Amino acid sequence: MSQPASHYFVPQPSHWPIFGSGALLLMATGAVLWMNKLAAGPYLLSAGFFVLLTMLFGWFANVIGESEGGSYGKNVDVSFRWGMSWFIFSEVMFFAAFFGALFYIRVLSVPDLAEGLSGEFLYQGFSAAWPSAGPGFKGEFSPMGAWGLPAINTALLLTSGVTLTWAHHALIKNNRLHLNLGLAATILLGFLFLFLQVEEYVHAYGELNLKLTTGGYGSTFFMLTGFHGFHVTLGAVMLCVILARCLKGHFKPDHHFGFEGVAWYWHFVDVVWLLLFVLVYWL
Amino acid sequence: MAHEHAIGGHAGHDDHEHHGPPSGIMRWITTTNHKDIGSMYLWFSFIMFLVGGAMALVIRAELFQPGLQVVSPDFFNQMITLHALIMVFGAIMPAFVGFSNWMIPLQIGAPDMAFARMNNWSFWILPVASFLLILSMFVPGGAPGTGWTLYPPLSVQQGMGMDLAIFGIHLLGMSSIMGGINIITTILNMRAPGMTLMKMPMFCWTWLITAFLLIASMPVLAGAVTMLLTDRHFGTTFFNAAGGGDPVLFQHIFWFFGHPEVYIIALPAFGVISQVIPAFSRKPIFGYASMVYAIAAIAIISFFVWAHHMYVTGIPLTGQLYFMYATMIIAVPTGVKVFNWVATMWKGSLSFETPMLFALGFLFLFTLGGFSGLVLAITAVDILLQETYYVIAHFHYVMVAGAVFSAYAGAYYWLPKWTGYMYDETLGKWHFWLTLIFFNMTFFVQHFLGLAGMPRRVPDYALQFTEFNMISSIGAFGLGISQLLFLYIVLKARKSGKKVDAQVWDGAEGLEWTVPSPAPYHTFETPPVFEGGKH
Ligand code: HEM
Ligand SMILES: [Cu+2]
Repeated sequence: MSQPASHYFVPQPSHWPIFGSGALLLMATGAVLWMNKLAAGPYLLSAGFFVLLTMLFGWFANVIGESEGGSYGKNVDVSFRWGMSWFIFSEVMFFAAFFGALFYIRVLSVPDLAEGLSGEFLYQGFSAAWPSAGPGFKGEFSPMGAWGLPAINTALLLTSGVTLTWAHHALIKNNRLHLNLGLAATILLGFLFLFLQVEEYVHAYGELNLKLTTGGYGSTFFMLTGFHGFHVTLGAVMLCVILARCLKGHFKPDHHFGFEGVAWYWHFVDVVWLLLFVLVYWL
Repeated sequence: MAHEHAIGGHAGHDDHEHHGPPSGIMRWITTTNHKDIGSMYLWFSFIMFLVGGAMALVIRAELFQPGLQVVSPDFFNQMITLHALIMVFGAIMPAFVGFSNWMIPLQIGAPDMAFARMNNWSFWILPVASFLLILSMFVPGGAPGTGWTLYPPLSVQQGMGMDLAIFGIHLLGMSSIMGGINIITTILNMRAPGMTLMKMPMFCWTWLITAFLLIASMPVLAGAVTMLLTDRHFGTTFFNAAGGGDPVLFQHIFWFFGHPEVYIIALPAFGVISQVIPAFSRKPIFGYASMVYAIAAIAIISFFVWAHHMYVTGIPLTGQLYFMYATMIIAVPTGVKVFNWVATMWKGSLSFETPMLFALGFLFLFTLGGFSGLVLAITAVDILLQETYYVIAHFHYVMVAGAVFSAYAGAYYWLPKWTGYMYDETLGKWHFWLTLIFFNMTFFVQHFLGLAGMPRRVPDYALQFTEFNMISSIGAFGLGISQLLFLYIVLKARKSGKKVDAQVWDGAEGLEWTVPSPAPYHTFETPPVFEGGKH
């Protein structure tokens, strides 16, 4: 832990953070206006997003430059490891809130509405069988089965975990060809996953009458899978950046935390999917 | 503790990296220096303290007499919400993050925070978030009138001010998570050689654990307000029984964040007190290891007590009993801490400069707030007292007399190190006594109001509550005005204070006192050798 740090790298003053704050200001106000149906909303939101992209480009260009320039010693590397681990932990807690909501709605609130006084007087005839869209839902919907697209997607993501590990081993053995192939395969699988996820949503909206507005089931289904899909997108974009860097010859067998951090993230997204598959689709 | 090492750290390494900071406003906007960022946090938090305080005074002005005089009930509710959000997220939390930025690298002998650039962003998100919160007052429908707890269904029905608040909270959460990651990494990875975890100053320990609480609980709050947002605009039914959801679900998620949040505020306050009391008792802290375990125990238990805020939501009796006992168990490690602070003073050679006075004020009044917390933990009692002024009195004893007093203790303690100048001790004592007296005048009587049944969050009240409310309001204005004295003291110290040397207080220990005062712009670029503490 506290090994003698000869010289810990402290970056120069940077104007990127303030760009980031400006971007957040534009995006937040834009989103609020847009949600309240004010015309300026989408413009502000996109402007903010554009500034955010600029900031990410600039900031990460700095980081990559510093890394390739050899500024990051052993100690900085350890910091990155801690930082990424805790970041992933924070993501775990974010998903935990939504899994908690799923648990609560499924195990507590839906049965509560069907039982006791509420079932007897308020919502007569409402049965608590899950999946449920609640006593106020008019109409029919079908839940998403586990063994069609979702099962294929599970296979895709698990395979992508394997190809990524293959790439990592190749990097350690300095086999650049396999590294690039493994990464490309991972990215391909990731995008395939996303494509099928979109197909699944189309199927849900078009044929199952399963929507975000389909009560507790629809809310938890789309919010959980949606946030997961968003994270897969982020992970896939990060993998693309890593692939581009690999093609440029970045990373060494003993110094490649950029690669590893993204790989950790990808595995995390993978594990969340497994939980989703079991708790949202299957059971 | 360690004494000989490269002070200020410029010694012997040629440096193309440090030309000193850019000048003017760009210095503050682009800085990656933990001292600059710490100072910005502290100034920002003080400004927000005044803003939130002004809002509290609007509330207290309205409550000076029964009937409606000053503001509309709707605006009154908005003030309640914004006062609390600004005080909690804008004043208290940034104040302690400011301390952590300034002091953790100095205390552990690190050149800066682990992620110095991200540190800048953590800070500069705060003004944006606060702007969104304040902006919400000026949009159609005004700021949220729900109270800071944002309970649905009311929060689902509010106007667009609610959306601004939701995004404001998202940004505050982002800032806190980045700050937490930065602090935890700095402490775990950048301690000077020889400084093992169990030799670390107590302030660093409290922040290590607070950072964990931040990282674990802020994302949960983000989840809660995200569900609120989609319930409001996208037709989800998390908190709507018609869809199988439940408004009470929001309360569960909110308080799963909310209770750890009170320790996010309290633990760093404990940390400051654990530095100040030994310094002015001229004794090492009593029971160092038990202090550490107590902090850890408090933090862990804090995740398992959330429903003590929900005794009357219809949770089952077994649930009520469990949450009652679990809550009371927190009193054990907290009691350990109070005992240790008292034992530290036992037979010490005490002196009572302003930091010590605030620390003692903290000790008495925080303990009182802890006791009223125990009273509220009793389910049967809370059923009567919840949503009354008793609750307001309780948490202002822990938030104001706990966190704010501790922040003042820390500010007076370290101000000479930051600026190189001593503050005016007489004025500091005035500040303390005025704050102490007006604080109790404001909040002590609220216990009686609550016991007599006066509800909180209501702009009007029954006639029999008048006298106590008048006392409370007068106290509140006195309290507010006395805080301006602090601003004057700081400015005066920087203008005409006596110069101090490195060891400002004769009883103070730690690496921060080995660097000159004011602490040079860059410190510990070469890590010092830490030769073990006395604990
Ligand atoms: C310094 C002087 C302060 C005064 C005079 C003051 C006064 C008040 C008043 C009058 C209320 C409204 C009570 C009600 O009717 O419900 C209130 C609520 C509150 N205050 Fe303060 N306060 C002060 C400082 C603080 C600080 C430093 C914090 C936190 C860190 C804080 C946190 C809160 C919270 C969380 C609420 C609850 C708001 C709600 O009901 O949602 N206050 N305060
Ligand atoms: Cu609590």
